[in-house]
Amino acid sequence: MVGAHRLTKRFGEFTAVDAIDVEVRRGEAFGFLGPNGAGKSSTMRMIGCVSPPTEGSLRILGLDPATDGPAIRARLGVVPQRDTLDEELTVRENILVYGRYFGLSRAQVNAKADELLEFAQLGERAGSVVEPLSGGMKRRLTIARSLVNDPELLLLDEPTTGLDPQARHVLWDRLFRLKRSGVTLVLTTHYMDEAEQLCDRLVVMDGGRIVAEGSPRELIALHSTREVLELRFAADDHAPYAAKLTGLADRVEVLPDRLLLYTDDGDATAAAVHGRGLAPLSVLARRSTLEDVFLHLTGRTLVD
Amino acid sequence: MAATTTPVRPHEGRLAGRAFAYWMANYRRVWRGTIISGFLGPLFFLVAMGFGLGALVDDGGLGGTGYVEFIAPGLLAAQAMQTAVGESTFPVMGALKWHRQYHAMLATPLGIADLVLGHVAFVTMRVAITSVAFAVVAVALGAIASWWVLAAVFAAVLTGLAFTTPVFAFAARQDNDSGFNVLFRFIVMPMFLFSGTFFPVSQLPALLEAIARVTPLWHGVELCRGLVLETATVAGSLGHAGYLLLWAAGGLWLAFASFRKRLVT
Amino acid sequence: MSAVNAIARALPIPAGAGLARALVERNARAFRHGWVTLVSGVFEPMFYLFSLGVGLGALIGDVDAGGGRMVEYAAYVAPAMMAAAAMNGAVYDSTFNLFFKLKYARLYDSVLATPLGPRDVAVGEITWALLRGLLYSTAFLVVAAAAGMVSSWWAVLALPAASLIGLAFAAVGMSVTTYLRSWQDFDYIQLALMPMFLFSATFYPLSTYDESIRWLVQATPLYHGVAMIRDLMLGDVAWGILAHVAYLAVMGLVGLVFAARRIERLLLR
Repeated sequence: MVGAHRLTKRFGEFTAVDAIDVEVRRGEAFGFLGPNGAGKSSTMRMIGCVSPPTEGSLRILGLDPATDGPAIRARLGVVPQRDTLDEELTVRENILVYGRYFGLSRAQVNAKADELLEFAQLGERAGSVVEPLSGGMKRRLTIARSLVNDPELLLLDEPTTGLDPQARHVLWDRLFRLKRSGVTLVLTTHYMDEAEQLCDRLVVMDGGRIVAEGSPRELIALHSTREVLELRFAADDHAPYAAKLTGLADRVEVLPDRLLLYTDDGDATAAAVHGRGLAPLSVLARRSTLEDVFLHLTGRTLVD
Repeated sequence: MAATTTPVRPHEGRLAGRAFAYWMANYRRVWRGTIISGFLGPLFFLVAMGFGLGALVDDGGLGGTGYVEFIAPGLLAAQAMQTAVGESTFPVMGALKWHRQYHAMLATPLGIADLVLGHVAFVTMRVAITSVAFAVVAVALGAIASWWVLAAVFAAVLTGLAFTTPVFAFAARQDNDSGFNVLFRFIVMPMFLFSGTFFPVSQLPALLEAIARVTPLWHGVELCRGLVLETATVAGSLGHAGYLLLWAAGGLWLAFASFRKRLVT
Repeated sequence: MSAVNAIARALPIPAGAGLARALVERNARAFRHGWVTLVSGVFEPMFYLFSLGVGLGALIGDVDAGGGRMVEYAAYVAPAMMAAAAMNGAVYDSTFNLFFKLKYARLYDSVLATPLGPRDVAVGEITWALLRGLLYSTAFLVVAAAAGMVSSWWAVLALPAASLIGLAFAAVGMSVTTYLRSWQDFDYIQLALMPMFLFSATFYPLSTYDESIRWLVQATPLYHGVAMIRDLMLGDVAWGILAHVAYLAVMGLVGLVFAARRIERLLLR
């Protein structure tokens, strides 16, 4: 569906995307995980054919964006990072007009609008203007709008950033349904739970480069341990405590407010910590997540 | 509705200077563009209308006054109106809706009266600047020859004020700009064209003449014209000025009510 | 609308999908919600016409409309108001409205995610401006004719002529808008428009000017627009009118190509 080889985007001196290789297969959900400024959005804009690559090759749906931009975009759905809904139109008109941009007939877009309003649970707000809608509703409308042309490939740039937990789960549910119906999803996120929930495969990006690639499970197995033990001490600086814990875990990460001990058995390690006469304020044993993978690969936390 | 009681608490309004200072600080960043248009606008208009078009006009219909001398005080008052309305529409809606400066001010010790008076004072200063600029250009071109021009500038500022406060009240009740389009096209523009700026209202059919004589702009134009042509009587001038003051005061009262309704709920 | 697509395809400018009509449809829908604004635009040139033409006109005798044609002042100023309204409407749409869509509503970010390209945006927006302008000029012409200020069937051609003026100014206005940074910059647009509105033989004849500066007046696009519509409304048409048409057509086409290129550079980075 998408094939990129040494794909590069520069803005003047600044390299936003640095020679990345990406292969997205039909029917899968593929994720770009990384902090703000990692180059995810620039990559998405290139795949969306609205930003010409500086170097490298890019094929989308077997076509070249440089020459077949309109033909490719006709088969894509795009959900941009910031909602670009048309505030001068109603909810329903947003879908109608967007469908007309794809050259669909009035009859087609009318039928499609009913179906998509249903899908986005916005049927009751169809005649309302866009401005008073909640963030979650606007996001659902943006996604519904992007489906008006029955896209083969759906690009979602941070689909749930800024939404409350309940609204996120509603959105995830909608995206699962799309995937089941055969739509290929490409999404960016800086939430590891989102990546774990939605993605079959993902790449971790940092500073314009890809630093790891695989399924969420593979990445965790490869770059982290099975479990993580989180310790908090009554101190402003946790570094001195790390020194007293050498040998208890595969690896120890020092964060400003806590220590992370990478181990295969969290409870056993916790017992060993107490065995050394240390008394942390709180102890939490949990499974490894992509957050830990990212921390290991880049030495930084994902969301800060 | 808040307007049924007095819309302002007694001690409010003493801090208006602080709100004024905010708008001034804002203005300091953009004043250059407004100065250029403040001088060039009147220059172009006076030259084209006064001298170019004036060459075609039969002075007999104006009671012997040359057309450029007739039109200069009219344009002075009309420009004050346009500046006042322009500064009281989108900037007020912007401060209410988009940039929300008023909300920020209300989170401080400032009250409704402070922010209305402070902003009105700023608009009045903008009107004063454009009026002075106009007067300088008009005197330099010989379109105004009397020292009474100094009083006429005050009259123009008063004309502006008679529009500023009612338009503040109106703008605070708008949710989008379509009301402004109606205001500009059906109120401001017709007033500009038919309230004695370009020709005496006696040229109009009787009904339209009666309407024109009720508009604040006609009173502003008559006041300015009477002063610079030195044809004014004391009673007549005071009558015009009093009428304009009435609009300004009534508008202010309505503006307080509108702002309270919009911001304090 | 297929004519729109034909124009879109024929132009040697950036990519488009021949779907400019979809954008016209979008604007028409948006204006259903703001129809007051649309309708109110009809009245401005009429107010000017009755203020200057009738009110002030009573104080003015017959005027030289060029080549020794002496006409009533109202008949002299009416074509100028029609041409100036076409200019003002096109400039307002292609500057103020376009700037808002470009910088605040970010309308084209979503439009360009569809098959539409920058060329469709330029052609679509200008087509909309022209349709809107056509509504205004038609209303104006009907009122002017009813008031007895039109004396020839040639005046019907003033409608396409006004559209040509609109095209020329909308295309250039759109190009200029892509360079604007903030609302303050609109002061400079006003500063360019106002002298043109006042000095292009709109309110008084070219012969009022000294011989030495007439060429300057005759160089402005609005002068050609006014002269063209005046010839048509007075029913006094000669081959010379083609010079006015050519001036405005070249300005419109060059502006359109340039505007589409600028939009591409601005949005497809």
